[in-house]
Parts: sequence; structure tokens; C-alpha cells
Amino acid sequence: MKPLVLTLRERPDQRLDLAPLVPHRLAGMAAAEIERIELQTTRSRLALADIFRLRMGDATHVRIEASCDRLDRVGYEMAGGEIVVEGDIGMRAGRLMTDGRLTVHGNVGPWAASGMKGGTVEIFGDAGDHLGGPSPGEIAGMRGGVVLVRGRVGERAGDRMRRGTIVVEGIAGAYAGSRMIAGTLVVVGRTGPLPGYLMRRGTIMLGEGSDCLSPTFIDCGVHDLVAARLMAGFIGKHSARAAEILNRPLRRFAGDMAALGKGEIFARP
Amino acid sequence: MHTLTVKDVRIDDTFAEAFGMRATAVIITADSLRWARQAALTMTGFATSVIGCGCEAGIDGELTVTQTPDRRPGVRVLLFAVSTAELQKQLQTRVAQCVLTSLGSACYAGLEGEETLRLGNALRYFGDGWQISKRFGGKHYWRIPVMDGEFVCEATTGLTKQAVGGGNLLIMGRTAQTTLAAAEAATAAIAKMPDVITPFPGGIVRSGSKVGSKYKGVPASTNHAYCPTLRGAVATALDPDAACVLEIVIDGLTSEAVAAAMGAGIAAVTELGPDRGAVRIGAGNYGGKLGPHHYHLRELLP
Repeated sequence: MKPLVLTLRERPDQRLDLAPLVPHRLAGMAAAEIERIELQTTRSRLALADIFRLRMGDATHVRIEASCDRLDRVGYEMAGGEIVVEGDIGMRAGRLMTDGRLTVHGNVGPWAASGMKGGTVEIFGDAGDHLGGPSPGEIAGMRGGVVLVRGRVGERAGDRMRRGTIVVEGIAGAYAGSRMIAGTLVVVGRTGPLPGYLMRRGTIMLGEGSDCLSPTFIDCGVHDLVAARLMAGFIGKHSARAAEILNRPLRRFAGDMAALGKGEIFARP
Repeated sequence: MHTLTVKDVRIDDTFAEAFGMRATAVIITADSLRWARQAALTMTGFATSVIGCGCEAGIDGELTVTQTPDRRPGVRVLLFAVSTAELQKQLQTRVAQCVLTSLGSACYAGLEGEETLRLGNALRYFGDGWQISKRFGGKHYWRIPVMDGEFVCEATTGLTKQAVGGGNLLIMGRTAQTTLAAAEAATAAIAKMPDVITPFPGGIVRSGSKVGSKYKGVPASTNHAYCPTLRGAVATALDPDAACVLEIVIDGLTSEAVAAAMGAGIAAVTELGPDRGAVRIGAGNYGGKLGPHHYHLRELLP
């Protein structure tokens, strides 16, 4: 099945909203209809054909080529199928996604996978701040699914996360896993200061430790847990480097005692 | 009735009559196979017959580190009961008292099913608020803090309503020793078959029963027609050359699994021959009116 390919003609003058370009919304549309979809975010109207060269194909597999960081909300509320992006994209990629797969061969902006409920997001470059985090006013951030970032992430990755798994193979900025409600965040590289800040429940795995762990996390000793090995079996399918961290004894810190205190940070002994 | 002979072993042209049951399966792992087996043996103790034990349970097989969710050695345990409610009760109490308590153990679903039974969802309260829920890979696990670390338990396991209980073989020999050799060969062959258990001690029953009794309120009593010491006194089912009868009862997750296991048992007994093993193989039934599953021995011959 040939994918539906959208090739960016040139960097747009304004930020664009690519929310309509998800497989379930494109299904059954003719080429002419797709080309008329409006994507502007300012008063200056822009139809898809003004910005992209369209090569029709099966809408369950969308490819965005020559992408740039002004393309926002790629994979918004995506409910199935696949989107592959060649290049960088802007903010809120994969927001509120429920199923399917979003792959980005480049960097993504802030709030990637924000409020995501299911499916898989894989980012081969770096991700901005608030990975998986809630939009302002929302109670919970990510609620399910798997996010893989092969590069670095900004601050507050997994903010207010409630369920699901985030794996960061690079380094993470400050406050990784802040205000986590539950879920799992694995950072293979080093994390910035105060990971798990005010987390209630949930699990954070630190491959290379943190610049500064909050004193409100209590050392529970070194343990070789079955649960970590179980998780390694699952995460190993996505990231061998992350699984390696889990397959050895880890020091457990319980916290954040400034909040509910039923969360945990695992670090090298 | 002795119309069939395989390798000089006489095989009755009759059938085993079996019943529909509810069944489930769990996988128990531990740091070593010895401790996974210990937990499983404890959990499946006193589970020979639904009449007196509430359920029938046994070890289906051992699992290598590549076959278990946490990559530790494990065993798969099957549980059979007459109702979903009783199966839930037996599963919950047995895992709570025998697996949760066994050192280093973890317990996972051993069966996929549209309907489920509560496993970790029922045991998590032992954590007294310190239990941790983890969901990944479409599975839900509970981590319960215990004195040697954590007990990891999957939230639910599958339930099947297609299970069959009561497949059986009656193995008759000239002496107790040769009959035991034949019965042991049969249980060893059946143990290799998937999705079945032989719930009695060592997989063998020496006290086969019939329905009813001369005493009021006794639901089952000794199958006197197969008791060698009563041969002259009652209408016996035994041939003159039989001095010992041992029965193998088989429960399976599917009717096909029971039939395959019975076939494997017959093949093992006939392979041994009448001098080293059994002279005759029979099967127990109630005239075909009680159980919906009939396994005709002639269709299961090697």
C-alpha cells in the first residue's frame, strides 16, 4: 500500500495547524478535497495545496516530507494508522492521540504527546519542554501509550502523567516527571535538577542519575525487583539501552514526601 | 467386551464419560525452578476432586526463562471447578495462601480469555495502601510489598468455559508392581501433553468410585466391581488375570486436549506390554447419560 505523501514546498510564513491531517480524518477523501483543507493559524488563509505537494496514497499511512518546526499539532487526536515525518515539527505533536503510530525523524517542539491516551510516538531527534504534559488547566497529562525519544528532552518531561510509558534515551531537563500521578518515565541519560518534583505516585528510572535529587525523596536501599525485570521485558522491545538499566539492582527513593509520597525514583546504586 | 488388542494389551471397547467445567490457569515464577514448583505444589495440594476439595488443580508443565513474563523459571498451574464463583474463590484463596506466601514468587495470567477472574485485583489489598499498580504492554500488574521485596501479580487471568473434567483410564495388571509401572508410564506421557493435568496424587487414583452408596447421604462409594479382593463376592468387572486396578483422571482446558492426553496414556501403557505393565485398559462411564463428553478408547488407539 503506497502512503499518502505530503512534501512541504517551503518554510511557511506562519505557524500551521496540521490537526486535520490524521489518517481517520483523511480516510475516504479525494485528492481535490484534501488539497482544499485549510491549515492557517493567522488571518491569512492557506490551503494544503499552497503549502504541500500532495501525492495520493492510502490515507492510513501518511508521510510528511521536508517538514519544518512551524508545523504544529501533527497527529492531533490520531486514532489509528501511521504518520511518519521526515524533518522537524512544531509543538503539540501527537496531542490527545488514542491509537496508531507517529514517527518523527527529527526534533519536536514543546508539549509533544500532550495528554496522549494510547498508541506510540517515536521521536528520533530531541523533544521540547512538557513532553506528555497537560495543557494549561488540564488535571492530567499523558494517560496511556508509549513515547520514545531517542535524543534529549526539555524540562518537565512527563508532567502530571497519569499512565503510560515514556522512554528518553538522551538527557532530560529539570523537573523530569514533575507532579506525576502515575505511569513510568525512564531516562537513560542524566536528568537535570529535581526529578519527580511533587510526584504523587508513579515510577522514574534514572540511568545516569540526577544533578540534584530533592531531599524529600527517601532512600529505601538497593533492590533487585521482579517488577523492574518485567518492565525491562516490555521496554526492551522499544529500547535496549533502557532495558539494560532495569536489568540490574537499583537504589529506590520513595517520594515526593512533600506530596503524597507514593512515587519512586530508581537510580544506580 | 474385549474386542481390541494392541501389543497384547486388551483394550475395552468402551468410553470415558466426562463433564464440562470452568477452568483457569496461572503462571508462577520464582528465582529458581525449585521454588516456583514449591509454590505450585502447595497451591495445588488438596485439589484432587471437586467433590471434596472445591477444585481440581495441578501443574501443566514447567516453563523456561524464555517462556515467562519476568524471564525467571516458572510453572503453569491449571485449576478446574464446577462454577465460576467457586473457581474464583479457590483461585483467590489458594494464590493468597500458597503463592503470595512463597518466597520470591510472582504470579501471572496463564490463560487468555474473554472472561476473566480476579487475581492481583483481589490480592492487592494485602498491600494495605502500599500496593503499586503498573500497566504496560496491554497488561496490568500489582506490586505488593512483602518481607523479601515485592510480590508481583497480574491483575486478572482468563477463564474458559470449554474445559473438561473426568477423562479417565482404568489400568489393570497382574501385580501391583506391574500395574504401577504402567500407570506411571501413562502419567509421564500425559505430563508432557499441553493443557491437561492429572489431579490425583502422582497423577494416579487407587480408589475409583461409583455414584451413590448403600448409606444415606454418601454421594459416592468404592467402585466394588473393580476391587480385586471382592472378585468372588460381587458382580466383578475384572478378568481372572487382574490383581490391581489404578485409574488416571484427566482434566483439560479443551475436549481435544483431554482426548490427546488419553491417547498418549494408552500409547505409553501398550508400549510397555502386558508382562512389564498392564494386561487391560478400560474407562469409567455412567452409561453415557450424565456427561456430555464421551471418549471412545477405540478412537484413541496408537
